[in-house]
Amino acid sequence: MHAFEYHRPSSTKDALALGQKEEARYLAGGQSLVQAMKLRLSSPTDLIDLGSLKELSFVKATGSGVEIGAMTRHADVADSKDVQKTIPALAALAGIIGDRQVRHMGTLGGSLANSDPAADYPAAVLGLGATITTNKRKIEADKFFKSLYETALEPGELITSVAFPAPKRAAYMKFKNPASRFAIVGVFVADFGGGKVRVAVTGAGPCAFRQADMEKTLAAKFAPESVANIKVKPDGLNNDLHASPEYRAHLITVMAKRAVEAALK
Amino acid sequence: MTIKVSMKVNGKPVSADVEARTLLVTYIRENLRLTGTHVGCDTAQCGACTVLMNGRAIKSCSIVAMQAEGADIMTIEGVAKPDGTLHPMQAAFKENHGLQCGFCTPGMVMNALDFAQSHPSPTEQEVREALEGNLCRCTGYHNIVKSIMAGARAMGGKI
Amino acid sequence: MNAPLIGARVQRKEDYRFLTGTGQYTDDVALPNQSHAVFVRSPHAHAKIRKISSEEARKSPGVLAVYTGEDLAAAKVGGLPCGWLITDVNGKPMKEPPYPPLAQGKVRHVGERIAVVVAETLEQARDAAEKVKVDYEELPAVIDLTKAKTSTPIHDIAGDNTCYVWALGDKAAVDAAFANATHVTKLDFWNNRLVPNAIEPRSANAMYSRADDGYTLYVASQNPHVERLLMTAFVLGLPESKVRVVSPDVGGGFGSKIYLYGEDVVVTWAAKQLNRPVKWTAERSESYVSDAHGRDHLTSAELALDKDGKFLAMRVRTTANLGAYLSTFASCIPTILYATLLAGQYTTPHIYCEVTAVFTNTTPVDAYRGAGRPEATYVVERLVETAAREMKMSPVEIRKQNFIREFPYQTPVALCYDTGNYQATLDAALKLADVQNFSNRKEESAKRGKLRGIGYACYIEACGIAPSNVAGSLGARAGLFEAGEIRVHPTGTVTVFTGSHSHGQGHETSFAQVVADRLGLPIEAVEVVHGDTSKILFGMGTYGSRSIAVGGTAIVKALDKIVAKGKKIAAHLLEASESDIEYDRGQFKVAGTDRKKTFGEVAFAAYVPHNYPLDKLEPGLNENAFYDPTNFTFPAGSYVCEVEVDKETGATQIVGFTAVDDFGKVINPMIVEGQVHGGLAQGIGQALTEGCRYEDSGQLVTGSFMDYCIPRSADIPLFNIDTRETPCTHNPLGVKGCGEAGAIGAPAAVINAITDALGVKDVPMPATAQTVWRSMKKAA
Repeated sequence: MHAFEYHRPSSTKDALALGQKEEARYLAGGQSLVQAMKLRLSSPTDLIDLGSLKELSFVKATGSGVEIGAMTRHADVADSKDVQKTIPALAALAGIIGDRQVRHMGTLGGSLANSDPAADYPAAVLGLGATITTNKRKIEADKFFKSLYETALEPGELITSVAFPAPKRAAYMKFKNPASRFAIVGVFVADFGGGKVRVAVTGAGPCAFRQADMEKTLAAKFAPESVANIKVKPDGLNNDLHASPEYRAHLITVMAKRAVEAALK
Repeated sequence: MTIKVSMKVNGKPVSADVEARTLLVTYIRENLRLTGTHVGCDTAQCGACTVLMNGRAIKSCSIVAMQAEGADIMTIEGVAKPDGTLHPMQAAFKENHGLQCGFCTPGMVMNALDFAQSHPSPTEQEVREALEGNLCRCTGYHNIVKSIMAGARAMGGKI
Repeated sequence: MNAPLIGARVQRKEDYRFLTGTGQYTDDVALPNQSHAVFVRSPHAHAKIRKISSEEARKSPGVLAVYTGEDLAAAKVGGLPCGWLITDVNGKPMKEPPYPPLAQGKVRHVGERIAVVVAETLEQARDAAEKVKVDYEELPAVIDLTKAKTSTPIHDIAGDNTCYVWALGDKAAVDAAFANATHVTKLDFWNNRLVPNAIEPRSANAMYSRADDGYTLYVASQNPHVERLLMTAFVLGLPESKVRVVSPDVGGGFGSKIYLYGEDVVVTWAAKQLNRPVKWTAERSESYVSDAHGRDHLTSAELALDKDGKFLAMRVRTTANLGAYLSTFASCIPTILYATLLAGQYTTPHIYCEVTAVFTNTTPVDAYRGAGRPEATYVVERLVETAAREMKMSPVEIRKQNFIREFPYQTPVALCYDTGNYQATLDAALKLADVQNFSNRKEESAKRGKLRGIGYACYIEACGIAPSNVAGSLGARAGLFEAGEIRVHPTGTVTVFTGSHSHGQGHETSFAQVVADRLGLPIEAVEVVHGDTSKILFGMGTYGSRSIAVGGTAIVKALDKIVAKGKKIAAHLLEASESDIEYDRGQFKVAGTDRKKTFGEVAFAAYVPHNYPLDKLEPGLNENAFYDPTNFTFPAGSYVCEVEVDKETGATQIVGFTAVDDFGKVINPMIVEGQVHGGLAQGIGQALTEGCRYEDSGQLVTGSFMDYCIPRSADIPLFNIDTRETPCTHNPLGVKGCGEAGAIGAPAAVINAITDALGVKDVPMPATAQTVWRSMKKAA
């Protein structure tokens, strides 16, 4: 790890002031950032530890869904009675991120800001059409994920919370990379009723994306057979040792079908 | 560019001036010389460095020491009773031959201790899932799974 | 009287320290005035080094020194030696290119050591290592085994990148048998390259003392004496008496810690230059590119059968990847430890195997758990199962029909099996696996949309390479004996010193069981010491499942000497004739009387020799022994694997795994079961999840746990295991060895099960979900 200056602000305001430095990075749980720094792939000059900002760690039932503070740990989302009751699929997703040690440190805001192409949370944020609140503005999920490790966040901008609307039913299906446990393909399916269905895919492309053809057929009929025969085009999908674009395309269909089955259970 | 870090480790307050880039595991092993916590990888996969932070299992290679500022840390050295008697989870590993070379063992035990708090009578499947963040190359996990099932029952939900 | 300890499930003596964090692994050793080393490694697979600029690194804070290959050459530090000379089919010795501990003039694989930076702290050394600038002229990388012969030469002395072509067996007889065969089964496959991945990374910490011009090297090694011998005699030119090598607690080896590595040499040499202890510990990403890898054979294999399914002959052609340099035992793995095992458990009368060993721009390849024998078993058991399917025969019956049933049995590939009962392990495995109800389970799986398959593997292994003179005639450059010492203390407790090394195997317990059982002492009275050249007279270390068969026997021989001397002392004390003294579980008795002396009384007399035959006998009770076995031991077993394949994703789950092994006499069933579990998991890993991939450029794609998948707990089932015993005929304990069995037998059993589930001839290893999905698609 290269040397850096460490800061531990006690308020969001102080954190934001520190975050204006060009090569500064916010440190949430550190489960991706510290790894990258250890391998010297990331070398911020300043690390702004958000660990003391208790105001960013909360789960709140909003009536129409849940709002979750950016510094809320994955394990706390998974264990939250409010989340389990309002959006069980979200609690379940948070409960299979990484491994249990990672879930004790990793945070919602950290995961979204990092926007790893194979992370789980982006599928839920996009699949539920969540709204991301930052110190500056509210960003709709559809406008948040831009590209590989690239989001709508501006330099120094800090996610403070995410509001997830509650669907009628939803489920997330993840086909794991056997080694890293990230998603080779993860599909989040949410049915909001009244013909409003969202299908979001993670792991398959440079960043999470929606699968419009599936949303359309599921809106007509929310049933596994509505997606089972949809052939996803492999063009532009990720290609690595574990899965070719063709295999990922195939897995999107299989995982979507299984997610619908699970949502209906 | 040193910075003062303070925390409680195995019930004892400790503090030191460290470089900001010091990982928690480095602080534990090099500064405190508690070498029971091991490092088996550099990508946060193997879990040999698992310790409890405020009662929850975390990977001490994946955070800087400063992230544990003010926290209560428990390492493998703090698990047995002061008179040296093994904790029921440790005893279960011994009785079930849940270790061979011993290198992954501290991480396994620490994760198991935390897991067993919420799973006093876990199934084989639950234990296998709980070990997603711990790699062992010696045992084929067979006896680790048996050890944790037995240890959890012996603990009755309390560390 | 104590209950027998041999055969008892004794809990391990070593566990307490491992469970309380008080074990001491190499990286745990902190020496006064410790400094830290970081190696600068090649980012290229094949390149000339034009220039190394280290001035900036030297000026970096905390830096004590930067050394390169030129510094070592100037100091006349030699290259890393290879311990086994293979003779080519043309009668010439294999090509042995120089292997400098730090690259000289050229780099030949990604991760090759170029320079070392030593600094006050580890982070300072890392910071400085980034500042070492190397100017490279890149060369085309040789990665593809099939094209190695015609690619850019890696070493000047091997223009065709071929180390040797070697053959075993009667080619003419094999060709004739094939000409007359009713059926020929043929398979072509890659035995996938594996990374051993002991969870403890390699580590070395060396110190030098001007007071006695002596060195101490703490190193995570499976064989500290061999490490010392190779390093002093061949590389550093030091007297062995000046070098102490300590392998303290070692966190797994699986072969990867047998070898003398450049890092060990460099820190030892640097410790004297700096007059400070120098420590290096691998990061996992370094382990991936610098620990010797395993397997990596490209094989074409054929089995000839008559109309009844009787095996007539086997023909095997293998290209073995040695990597960029010859690692310590690399040359003997795809030859002596591979082709000799091709008879398996069968009476195949004619076998011919030809091996071409090539250099590539990849990390060196050497022994990894099983070492040659998993590759051989894979050839035999995939051929046998495939032949049965092709001939519409039961895979069980075809095996039984061809089993060796009379012993000793001389195979056509040099080995002579002393004993075994292959039908016994197979029958037991069939029963334990409930094979008769497999079809019901298959139906039940089908209802859940899963394809269920069953596969078998009956393996043979050869442990404890021996005898030394035969091994020497085959090219071994080292002895293959083991040493042991029994030191009886005046009060009758015992310390056992063994040249074997435990890095998870539990020798402190199982060896103590042997000694306590034989002497009739409580196990608490026996301590086992290993892993320190200053304490142990000599040792060849632990590899090839040899410890109990060779190391254990050396201890028994020393024990026999203890008892023999004890009888002389007891005869004197009891005023009886030595020939009348019997030793029975802790007591020296005069036969046919109730007159006796306890072991403790005799020991005391030996150290307080007031009433003692000093005119005829030296005082003290301390004996050592060297044991050189007369033959290999031949563990064998039968494995049955059941898998479920997800039809939609190709994901394979092992839903049942049964192993019945014959390890001869078992000392501690609990420990033996643990060894089997671990071996099986590694074998399952080879079959399902593990496999190195290099880009054409020579970059290792699978360079971390993020991409190279060693099995996790959810990938592995609970195992069904049992043993059958046919005691080894040529060692006093009747033991054979159990460390590698699982890794040897499992891959073929798993792939046989997957191909059964899919109804296809072959699925390549590792059978990842994508690979299986592709196989299903191709078959559809």
